[in-house]
Formats: sequence, structure tokens, C-alpha cells
Amino acid sequence: MNADNPQITFLEECRELLVEMEEALLSLENNPSDADMINAVFRAIHTIKGSGGVFGFDDVVDFTHVVENVLDKVRSGDIAATSDLISDLLLSRDHVTLLVEEAVGVGKELNDKERQQGSEILDRMRVLLNQGSAPKTASAPTGAEQPATPIPEKAADGVVSGNWHISLRFGLDVLRNGMDPMAFVSYLKNYGDIVFIKTLIHAIPPAKEMDPESCYLGFEIDLKSDTGRETIENVFEFVREDCAIRILAPHCSLDEYKKLIEGLGEGEVTLGEMLIKGGALTRDELGQILHTQPEDDDVEEFDDEHQLEGALAEESSADSNTANVASSKTEATRGRKAAEHKTIRVDAEKLDILINLVGEMVIAGAGTRLLAHRTGETALVESMSMMSRLVEEIRDSTLRLRMVQISGTFNRFNRVVRDISRGLGKEVKLEISGGETELDKTVVEKIGDPLMHLVRNALDHGIETADERIAQGKPASGCLKLNAYHDSGSIVIEISDDGRGLDRDKILAKAVERGIVEPDQAVTDQEICRYIFEAGFSTAAEVTNVSGRGVGMDVVKENIEALRGTVDVRTQPGQGTTMIIRLPLTLAIIDGFLVGVGGTSYIIPLDMVVECLELKELEDQDLVQGSYINLRGEALPYLRLGEVFGERGDGHTRENVVIVRVGEVKAGLVVDELLGEFQTVIKPLGKIFQHLRSISGSTILGSGEVAVILDVPGLVEQAAAGGFKQTRVGHSTKRGPESSTTIH
Amino acid sequence: MEIKESPPGTLQLIGEATIYTAAELKLGLLTQLSRHDQLVVDLSEVSEIDSAGMQLLILLKREANEKGKVLKLSGHSSATKELFELYDITALFGNFSDSSHPADGSATS
Repeated sequence: MNADNPQITFLEECRELLVEMEEALLSLENNPSDADMINAVFRAIHTIKGSGGVFGFDDVVDFTHVVENVLDKVRSGDIAATSDLISDLLLSRDHVTLLVEEAVGVGKELNDKERQQGSEILDRMRVLLNQGSAPKTASAPTGAEQPATPIPEKAADGVVSGNWHISLRFGLDVLRNGMDPMAFVSYLKNYGDIVFIKTLIHAIPPAKEMDPESCYLGFEIDLKSDTGRETIENVFEFVREDCAIRILAPHCSLDEYKKLIEGLGEGEVTLGEMLIKGGALTRDELGQILHTQPEDDDVEEFDDEHQLEGALAEESSADSNTANVASSKTEATRGRKAAEHKTIRVDAEKLDILINLVGEMVIAGAGTRLLAHRTGETALVESMSMMSRLVEEIRDSTLRLRMVQISGTFNRFNRVVRDISRGLGKEVKLEISGGETELDKTVVEKIGDPLMHLVRNALDHGIETADERIAQGKPASGCLKLNAYHDSGSIVIEISDDGRGLDRDKILAKAVERGIVEPDQAVTDQEICRYIFEAGFSTAAEVTNVSGRGVGMDVVKENIEALRGTVDVRTQPGQGTTMIIRLPLTLAIIDGFLVGVGGTSYIIPLDMVVECLELKELEDQDLVQGSYINLRGEALPYLRLGEVFGERGDGHTRENVVIVRVGEVKAGLVVDELLGEFQTVIKPLGKIFQHLRSISGSTILGSGEVAVILDVPGLVEQAAAGGFKQTRVGHSTKRGPESSTTIH
Repeated sequence: MEIKESPPGTLQLIGEATIYTAAELKLGLLTQLSRHDQLVVDLSEVSEIDSAGMQLLILLKREANEKGKVLKLSGHSSATKELFELYDITALFGNFSDSSHPADGSATS
């Protein structure tokens, strides 16, 4: 996929517009008379229709055309923005998404059902249109195009011509960029009659210099149309930067034509004759213009907008009203352009390649640094450490490139919450906070599904119906909160509802029934909450459309763990439930803490390390009891990594305890050696190792050795459970051909 | 895109005359023009034409005029006809071939 492809640009613009449209519709639902929101929705559909037409996407144009007509009636107050209509508009928004994706060729073709849905929406809209226009048929013309902006009144010295005059000089790269002037000219016909067109070919250079792939064409067009300036401008939306465009309104002041002729600097007589031929000017009018022509009119670049605008701004006489309108219009256009230039779109793939390369560079850098140390040359070591610092900075800024705000994901839930709560007959308000929190794009993409599931669960099982809520003295409308914030190298996402909370007894009974716990076993509330993540575990009394089939919570947990994250539950009966998802900020590179056990190196994500202690000292103070360490009065479970991985310690080294923290649970890991911080490029494990609970990945050290990244949440859980599963890792720690096939 | 000379003095363009074939088309047309004093370009087999293709026909016409040669277009396919009408340039080619008239003002500037 090429980011320079205008169709892809179109797709992305459509997506943005459709998101805006959805937001506007949802806010319209709460405040049906908000004219700004109605306009926002109208604008989105109108622009998509216009741009779709340029590309010849007839399906998109046909559909949006009807929607646009309805919206126009809403805007004029002929049709009320009822909640049913908003539902239909939301559906049509979804349908437009499908149509656009199909047209651009990124989506699948629409199936019969989807087409059926589309035409059903249109039918309902047409019914509305007929009703809405019925009382007003006489006065309101139901033409295809409404005048979006009122056509300026004839200025005092306005020209006779009642046609729009459009002057186009296409840039050299237009054709190469995949656009053809012919598409724009021919699309213009949809808005009116081209009464005159002159194709300008004088810019074609001599044969030798002419590049057959460059565009040298220009056009002078007179368009008979009662449409607005904005509509015509929108036709050229996609060549705006590649084409000098002048649009003169019907009956605009003679001055504007004068500026046009001067500004183009292509020989005023030829151009003037052309304007007369097209009926834009009468001979008298041209005479007046040429008569008042200043002397120094020779060298003027035709694309020098400054000059044109400057001249317009200087005009202060009363008859330049329309000119001022035009000038402020171009300024507005320019403002929009400036805003667009603040960001550049980059293909996500290119970023991935960059991040991979940076990863390789980090590994190679570590190797070089090791070699430098071995030589013992101070100057080399110093310059190497400078390099390392730069590499680290490059790593951080590269990763930051891929960071996106979570608000995009959160805002999607406005619609979800609205639709589901309606379907369930509940009243639910969604509150979003922390939307500006950033995290890696790859994480964002994968968190959508689990979030969706948790939100559905909260709506379905958590929040009670209005009657139940009132009976319990709660406000009738439930509240669902989405929150995000950063916490020690992770991002935390909370989904909380103020519903009935988890039913401890019901879950316990179910757990006993499924044989997860013994009936008389003592379990903490925390443990009970975790049972809901067991496969096939559902306590919902009835299966609804939304959730309750017992598939899901285990999948949610799996998905989150696949992102090296954790999920926790906090619940209070009658008060509500909060799901807490904790995710690493990035999946590619982490700061690691290198430890040695036996002869093997292991990496603990540095963010999870709290402190390091000497085991001997603790033992001397009699602070190690059974499987617990007494750390300043806090009893922490601990694990000997040597035992977990079946490594034999070399006996004489002084063992250390690394205290790690996952969420609020702490545990100790006993290791032989502390080797310090290490920038870790995460290499995923091969399929064979994926089921292992104690390791989450591998990396390559500067020496070429493979080090294993510990799955700290998994280990902490094992430690808390008071035992460990024997997990063996192959001993091929050198990066040899046989190990690189499995550990990659 | 294929350029076929049959019968002699007539160039048949077959296929699409678009930006994708423009480089090859430019070379082919100008080479042929250099070999003939009179040339007819038959467009009846042009399946698709865009602004790039049309620009080249205009260029060829202008070259012919400057060198005092005669170039005529014949047998417009529906694709070419459509574009010629949209751009309203049919007359341009008519004017060109009549060497007694000065060429269109804007074309020679």
C-alpha cells in the first residue's frame, strides 16, 4: 500500500470524517438542536460524496447523496433529528465505511445482506424525504444540489456573466500522482453545465524537453450552476496542492477578473479574448480592465497567490465586498492547509522496519561495546559509551514515533455503549478519562477486542436495569468509566461500572461445581475473582445476545497476556466492578535487568524490579522463613530461579534476591549474580516454547549469547501459589545454528 | 500499446494511450513523424486515453505544424471522442491541419 496514493489518502480522510460524523451524531442525540453538530455531520457526508465523485466511486456517491439530502432537511429544520433518525444515520455511517473500503479496494466486496441493509436505510431515508418536503414542495426545490453558500449579489461593478468562472493550471506532477485533470473536469459536470471550456496547451514545452508523464494542461471553464463556492472548491480538494485554482463567482466584481488576468500573466489579450469567447466578460468589460491595466504588468508568476491576495487586501473601496469575501476564503483554505502540514502520514510498515533496524542496532552496539571493553583502550571505550547513549536515545524516539493516544480506541465505545445499552433497555452513561495517555500502536490495535468484551460484560452483567437500580437507591442511569494512565513503565486501563458487582457466592459455587476448588477449601476474595477468567466459566443466569455464553473472559485474559499484560478484578457487591488491565508500553524493546543463574543469563524487565538484596544477609538476620522472606515486616513469597529452571548453582557465589512487583503483588527471585541493566530487544519465542509459563521471550546479548526474558507475572503467581512447576529450558545458550531455529 | 504502420503513412494506435504508455508513445510518434511528411494517426483502436495521451497528440500536432508537415487524426474511438469533446479540442486539430491559418494564438506563445 502506498501512502502517496491519492485513493489511500481519500480512504484515510473518509475514515477521519466518519469518526467525526459518529461523534457528532452521538452528541446530537443528547442535544438534538445543536446546529454545529448537524453541520458537522452534513459536512462529513458532503465531503465524502464530493471526493468520492472525483474518483468515480458511484456507489459511494449514490448512497451519500440521499443521506446528504436528508441531512440538508435536518439542517433546514424540515426533518427533526429524532433518535430513530440518528440511529439510521449511524447505520448509514457504517454503510458508507463499507462502501468506501470496497471502492478503494481494501475491504471485501459487500455481500447481499449488506447491500440489502444499505437499500433498506435508503428506503427509510427516502420516506423521510418525501414526508419532510411535502408541506413545502412548492417553495423548496428538491434539486440535486442545494446552494451551500448564498451566491453573492451582483456587485456594483459586477460583471454581466451569471456563470462561475474557473481557471485551472495543473501542476507537473498531477498525472504522476495518479490523478487526471479529465476526472475533475468531467466531475464538474455533475454540478452544472460547462458552457465553455478552453484547454490551454501553451505550457507544453518543445518535444525534446517535454516529459510525457508531466502534465502541462490548463483550463478556463465557465460553469452555469447555482451551486456554492464550497462545492466547487471541494471538487478540486485532491489537487488543491498540485494545481493553481481560481474560482470567480457569478457577477463578481470586474476587479476580480482584472486580478485573474494580471495574476496569470499569460498575455492579457489572448486570455481576455478567451474570457469573451466563453461569455465570462463582455468586450466592454474587457476594455475597462485592459484600460486600467498598470504599466508594470510584465513578469508575474501565475501561481503567486501572495500578489493576488495582497492586491485584494489593499482594496478598501466599497465595491470590493465580494473580493474580501474571496480573500478571507483563501485565507481559510490556507489555514486548513497549514494544519494539515503539522503531521505526516507514514506507512506503518516503514516504521516497523525502522524499529526492527533499531533493535538490531541495539544488539550490535552491545556487541561492539563488549569488544571495546576487552581492548582496554580508554578512548575507544569512551567513544563507545557515547555511541551507546545515542543509540539509546534513537531507540526511545523511534519507539515514541509509534506511540498513539488511546482516546481513539476509547471514543469508539461511545457508540458501542449507546447501541448495547439501548438493546438491553438500560440507561448507561459513558465517562472517558485519560484519553491522552499514549501507548504503542501495535498494543492499541490488539487491545480493542478485549476491551470490547469487558465493556459488554459490564453493560450486560454489571449494570442493572433502571428499575433494579432505583429499588436499590441508585440513580436510574448507570455509569461506565474508561480510564487510562501510566504507572511505572506500564499503561493501566480501567473499566469500571457502578453495577451490582460480582456475586462471590455464585462464583464460588460454580468453581466448586467445575472442580476448580474443593468445597471446604479456604479461598480469598481475590482468588474468587480470578475464577471468572477460567475457560467456560459463566454465571449469567440467562444467555443474552451481548454476552453470557461463557466464552470470553478466558480469551480476554489470554489476549492480554499475549501482550505481556495482566488483568485484575476489583469488585464490591452492590457498588460495582473495576477491571484493571496493565500493559507494557511497547512490545519491541525494553530496559532489562540482567541476572545470572548457573551459567545462564536471564532478563527481568527493569520496570518490575523494586530492589535487590543479598540473601546471605537476610538469612543471617533470620528473615527467611519457609517459602517467605520477611522484608521490613512484609511477608513476600520467593522462588529460587535455579530450581525453577533446573540450573545448578556454583555453590560459592553469594546469592541475591531480586524483589519484583507486578501490580500490587511483590515477590522475591533468588539468583546467583546481578549483571546490571541491559537494553533488551525482545525476540519472540518459537511456537515450541509458547506454553511455558516462566519465560516470555528471548534476546541476544552483546557476546552473542541467548538470554531468556522472564515472565515475571507468571513467576510471581507461582511464588504466591507456594510452589513451582519444573520448567526446563534447553542449555544451548550460544547463538548457534541449531538454537536459532527454535529461539528466534 | 502498439503503433502499427498500415497502410504506409497511416499510424494505427492500438491499446491504451495513457500515462502508463506515454513514454513509449512519445518516442514512437515522434520517430514516425520524422520519417514522414504526411501522417495520419488512426485512433479507432485506442481503448483508453487520458490527459497524458492527449497531450502527446497535441504535441505531435504542434511539431508537425512547426516542421511544415501535415498531420491528421482519423477514426476516433469512443474513448478518444469523449475526451476530445470534454476538453473541446477537436477544433484545435482542425485548425492545425489548415496551414493557411495562423495556428491558435495560445499554442504558439
